[in-house]
Amino acid sequence: MNIYLNNRFEKFEPDSMTISEIMEAKSYTFRMLVVKLNGNLIQKSQYAVIEVKEGDKLDIIHLVSGG
Amino acid sequence: MVTLHFDLEDMSKALIGIAGAGGLGSNVAAILVRSGIDSLVLADFDIVEKGNLNRQFYFDDQIGLPKVEALLENLSRIAPSVQIDANLTRVTPENAAQLFGRCDIVVEAFDDASQKEWFIEFMLAQFPEMPLVCASGLSGTQVQRSGNLYVVGDQFTETFAADAANSHAGSVETDASFSAADASASAATYDIAPRVSIIAALQAETALNILKEKDLL
Repeated sequence: MNIYLNNRFEKFEPDSMTISEIMEAKSYTFRMLVVKLNGNLIQKSQYAVIEVKEGDKLDIIHLVSGG
Repeated sequence: MVTLHFDLEDMSKALIGIAGAGGLGSNVAAILVRSGIDSLVLADFDIVEKGNLNRQFYFDDQIGLPKVEALLENLSRIAPSVQIDANLTRVTPENAAQLFGRCDIVVEAFDDASQKEWFIEFMLAQFPEMPLVCASGLSGTQVQRSGNLYVVGDQFTETFAADAANSHAGSVETDASFSAADASASAATYDIAPRVSIIAALQAETALNILKEKDLL
């Protein structure tokens, strides 16, 4: 599938993947994250449930301390 | 209209909320007021400590004052006409909607990543139409946009300022603890003032651009 991940075009082999699987594939290991799929906020409990499909827009925001 | 000077009639009537009045929030507030923003909602529970003066918009003679009180004073010295709703409180899921629900834009200006996380999730869930300008990572000058969410910073570089440990404990800093904390952190954070200032300036610029787009300037 082809998706937009953080505003960049990305290609993954499977036709669909959960958000958790995408995080693992991309080695996103930050503890503090905010995830939006097609403009909708996704709760953490749904990361392993919701499937990302062809053409989806996925934003995974990494939050780090400092300010 | 955008102003580079102070004429009362040119001040924008937009209301901007700033969550946190530390290194990011205090500097964002100053830049917005200099840019003609007349009305702000501020919220912070902390007091001014000596260790804050390496990057925050406060002065030595304000040590011990609540930050929102000191900031109100300093912003009023830039523009006496400013109308500041200054809230001496920790922002929590219980009070966030009441504090910021009526704002045109909210700027997230917390230090701690976990605080940033719940606040962003809360605001996106409660106020999906409200632009939210956040900061994550005090290096780089990226601005990532996701709908009404704007994230300034590299989303990677963690920064711990000289006074972080004391601020988190919520305690008043003594002279002794300041010198120890300052000495231990100074090597790692020699450039904390420019880094925080740059990110704060980008947050303020992003907020101003949103207001301009919405015809609120």
